[in-house]
Amino acid sequence: MAKVSKKKGNKNVKKVVMSVEERPPVNEEEEEEAGMAGAEGDIGSSGEDEGEDERKRQKLLQAISALGGKRKKALGERSEAAVDMSEFSVNPEDGPGKVQLSDLMGTLEKTPAVPAKTRKLLENLQRNKKTVDSPLSKQETERIQRGMAFQKAASEVSRWDSVITQNQRAEQLLFPLNQEPAGPRPIERLVAGWKAQTPLEQEVFALLSANKQPFTDPILTPAEEASVKAMSLEEAKIRRAELQKARALQSYYEAKARREKKIKSKKYHKVQNKVKRKGLLKHIEQMIKTDPAAAMQELNKMELARMQERMSLKHQNSSKWAKSKAIMAKYDEEARKAMQQQLEMNRELTQKLVTSLNEEEEEEEEGAAGEADVLPDFVNDAVDGPPNPWMKGKLTEEPTKEQANDAAPEAASVSAAAAEEEEEEWAADKTEEEALLREFDCRRKRHQAQESDTAGSIFQEEMTEAAAEDSGASDCDEEARSEFRSISRGGEEGFKATEAVNCADRTDESAQLEERLIRIRTVEDLECLPHEPSAQPRDPPTTKAQPSEEKRVGKSKKKKGIELKEVLTKNTNIIKVPLAPIGTDSEDPEAKVDQKGLIKEAFAGDDVISDFLKDKRRQEDEGKPKVIDLTLPGWGEWGGLGLKPPKRKRRKVRSAPPPPRKDQRLPTVIISEKKNASISLHQVHSLPFPFENHAQFESCFRSPLGRTWNTERTVKKVTKPRVVTQMGAIIDPMAEEELLRNKDAVARETSSVNSKKKRQPLPITMFFSRKKAHLHRGL
Amino acid sequence: MKVKVLSRNPDDYVRETKYDIQRVPRNYDPSLHPFELSREYTRALNATKLERVFAKPFLSSLDGHRDGVNCLAKHTRSLSTLLSGSCDGVVKVWNLTKRECVRTLQAHEGFVRGMVVRYCGSSFFTIGDDKTIKQWNMEAPGYGEEEEPLNTILGKTVFTGLDHHQKKGVFATCGQQVDIWDEQRSTPIRSFSWGVDSFSSVRFNPVETELLGSCASDRSIVLYDMRESTPLKKVIMTMRTNTLCWNPMEAYFFTCANEDYNLYTYDMRYLEKPCKVHMDHVSAVLDVDYSPTGLEFVSASFDKTVRIFPKDAGHSREVYHTKRMQHVICIKWSADNKYILSGSDEMNIRLWKANAAEKLGVLAPREREAVNYSQKLKEKFQHYPQIKRIARHRHLPKNIYHQRNELRVMKEARRRKETNVRKHSKPGSVPVVSEKEKHVVSVVD
Repeated sequence: MAKVSKKKGNKNVKKVVMSVEERPPVNEEEEEEAGMAGAEGDIGSSGEDEGEDERKRQKLLQAISALGGKRKKALGERSEAAVDMSEFSVNPEDGPGKVQLSDLMGTLEKTPAVPAKTRKLLENLQRNKKTVDSPLSKQETERIQRGMAFQKAASEVSRWDSVITQNQRAEQLLFPLNQEPAGPRPIERLVAGWKAQTPLEQEVFALLSANKQPFTDPILTPAEEASVKAMSLEEAKIRRAELQKARALQSYYEAKARREKKIKSKKYHKVQNKVKRKGLLKHIEQMIKTDPAAAMQELNKMELARMQERMSLKHQNSSKWAKSKAIMAKYDEEARKAMQQQLEMNRELTQKLVTSLNEEEEEEEEGAAGEADVLPDFVNDAVDGPPNPWMKGKLTEEPTKEQANDAAPEAASVSAAAAEEEEEEWAADKTEEEALLREFDCRRKRHQAQESDTAGSIFQEEMTEAAAEDSGASDCDEEARSEFRSISRGGEEGFKATEAVNCADRTDESAQLEERLIRIRTVEDLECLPHEPSAQPRDPPTTKAQPSEEKRVGKSKKKKGIELKEVLTKNTNIIKVPLAPIGTDSEDPEAKVDQKGLIKEAFAGDDVISDFLKDKRRQEDEGKPKVIDLTLPGWGEWGGLGLKPPKRKRRKVRSAPPPPRKDQRLPTVIISEKKNASISLHQVHSLPFPFENHAQFESCFRSPLGRTWNTERTVKKVTKPRVVTQMGAIIDPMAEEELLRNKDAVARETSSVNSKKKRQPLPITMFFSRKKAHLHRGL
Repeated sequence: MKVKVLSRNPDDYVRETKYDIQRVPRNYDPSLHPFELSREYTRALNATKLERVFAKPFLSSLDGHRDGVNCLAKHTRSLSTLLSGSCDGVVKVWNLTKRECVRTLQAHEGFVRGMVVRYCGSSFFTIGDDKTIKQWNMEAPGYGEEEEPLNTILGKTVFTGLDHHQKKGVFATCGQQVDIWDEQRSTPIRSFSWGVDSFSSVRFNPVETELLGSCASDRSIVLYDMRESTPLKKVIMTMRTNTLCWNPMEAYFFTCANEDYNLYTYDMRYLEKPCKVHMDHVSAVLDVDYSPTGLEFVSASFDKTVRIFPKDAGHSREVYHTKRMQHVICIKWSADNKYILSGSDEMNIRLWKANAAEKLGVLAPREREAVNYSQKLKEKFQHYPQIKRIARHRHLPKNIYHQRNELRVMKEARRRKETNVRKHSKPGSVPVVSEKEKHVVSVVD
């Protein structure tokens, strides 16, 4: 619309230019004006009729307009009066030609009121020949104005961007937006409409007002208000930010201290203490150089502590606690360790401080050697003597790779290395005694590994026997069984694992997992379990073969956490010392035997595996191509009993073999590839809109929502409605305050994100709402 | 010495009163609760079915007008008050809780074209075909007193639309031009005109309160800023826009109801094409109003239906109709987001639920939880064909149904023809024009 009119305007201007070309001296501005007024009639006629007078007038006008710079619209139109009269001293009729600016300025110079500055300006103006650009047409200006206004409005509106996107992403929206916080309201608001009536009240109020204490809405006294005003908003914000930061830091340190305090690990605290002590020593050394007196005092303090320790023998094994621990030490690894630590503490406290660090270590070593005397006898017994099942707890801490090591010295070194690995995070060095203990453990573990291996082999033998017993099973079943066996040898929990782990790993873990597999199997297999510990003739060849294999494994699998199964199920057997196990050891397996026997009895004659295999075979057969006989006997031939159809008519059709079954290589699984029509009715066939891939879509169904599966709190959280409105409350449109609130929230969020750095993965609902927001913006 | 004994906190298992629910210890072991997906699917299916069973959106009809209801106005401070103006110049004030008319006044001669309640709720303005703007007191006059307007402004031309500023004593009217009025003055403080059109409606932006939008008869939508002397921008569409409504929560979005059966949601910063085209009506859309949460809007159409659209969905989530409801002229969404009010040609105002299956009134906490759970289940399984089928099923009157099918066929035919043309012409000479771009003729600035 405006475009069109603009074009029109341009045309007008052109027309005018053409018509005025006869009169070259006419000002451009004049043309413009004429164009505005409607170029068709007015100017043409006036130009022809009036002669020189008009021209002179034009000149004058030109001069004046050059003076003012601004165009005066009225001048062009009210023509008659202006011809005769002139406000200025210059009469256009007097001058023969063009009126110069200097003519006008001549009078100027005589008047003293005009400052030199203005004069200079005018002179410059005179020299300057440039004409002012013609103003744009009305349509054009309006268009520009509109454009500007629109830009302004658009930018103003865009400040809501963040609020809108945030609301689109929000998991829950609460309406009305500006809800009054629940709970008691400030007294000032409640009292607002209340007036002092009784004399006592009036007295109180008089007092308050006399002291300029506020009693209604402004809670601040004038002085306070003044102080508030004194602090500008920016200052206050900066101050607040500082305070917040300080508070955050403080709480952070507090939390850290609390966390550290909570750490139960004695070792950790020991290491910490050691570091602290070392720091102290260094400090003292420094102090000796700088401030000997203070250093002396510090040393004295330490000496005092040492003396006290020596006198009290607080950390010797004479205390009540130590005694109780000594009793427990037989059964409890932890207790034993605690005792050792205490003794170490004692040693550290009682040694002299003046010695250098090297000496300290030496002493420690000596102490370790001497420690054996301090420890109760049974503790040592437990270490050297027959295996105590209760003492095996320590085993689990060791990485499995240590099993591989054959020679004792090697084991020691490796274990030391492992220990270093463990302790790296604490930056502490190992003591000798721990190394020793570890060595023992190591040795014990090796024995176990050997035993379990032999047990594994025995188990396999039994398995084959069991399979042989199963006469009903066909050849195919036998095959499957052998596959089963291979899996049991592989000894991983599931099929995925078997696939993933290479054979080296299998041999490594066979010892841990075979028992588990048996539990899954039939009663016959269960039978084998109780016999296992008793049937322990050691096979030298297997034990020898083991290390070479396991060394390979050691590289691939470096470190492992605590293996619960290993601790609980392994039975200890030692090759070298054929001693009768301690009472508890023998009792436990018997109990197991009973349990297993019971189970066996209960499920006697229930051969699940063979059933399964039969089932699978049947399904496989069903899928196989069948030979269809299409001959039609008696068709064009003689019919009757005992007649064979001729060869050319013997048509047999064999359909193409189906693709190999998916469960071909999975002996324990039946995968049915048939489509079930009744189910497909309820299935989603194409990916719904907001989702991009199947994984995303399926992730929506990963976890149930109901309270059958979730705790009350989770259910509440999960089933939170997206929009919550208050009953009977008017929801007002969004107001400016929301913008401010949002700004604060965003600032908080960004700061928290920065501090966290690592972002949590978004919950799925979040993801989609974000996506939606994005879509909405993109549209 | 510390002796460890078994001790239980009685708070964990003793009820405070006998009316409390018994505590039920639960075992959440997943092996004890198998088939969670299928069980939840069944629950979702049942919830969806129940939702359809309980979907009874029509609450009541307010009758009393002697002519078609031409405009509605919500009270800004009271949920239970509704104002309606009819084609014979009568304005009625309704009490929605009692569902009865509390006041009737003859406001104008001829149509009551527009009506709006002042932001404070103390008075309301009406405009009519008699070229007057009248301000009325919200409170009824005492016994024996006559109904008289507080103020009357005589205009030069007929006013067709009216809206009030959100916070100031300023209102806007439209007719041959858009005027901004101060309540204290009898002449407009500002007039906008841009070419010679007549405007059909004007609306203030409730968030950015100085902005306005208006619909003109030359098929254009014009935006204004009250503080500027000129309009901001104008977009011309293929057909005339009847009304527009700003989103009360999202400052720059507005939705307009068009004669071409569609609604268009625009971002006011980018008028080149709408953000969303909402199509489902089978006749001209006459009125539109946003829900106060800004997430949905409701539209009234000449096809005798009311439809509810999610703000960013192309199709409606709900359609309301009754046998007796004729062309729906005006529609409002109540300020508590619970109800919808529609005024139609056959002199009735109808009260609908915004969520058809929602239970009204206070819900017990357990009830509320159950509702939330089933809602989430429905959302979770919404893409499953059986659930989708049930959830989406709506009954339509026969003529609307056939019209819809007809429209579909027409659309398909048009599409087919276009593709054929494209196939048989030089590649690139027949560009693909998206649905959004199709309906915008030009943007004028």
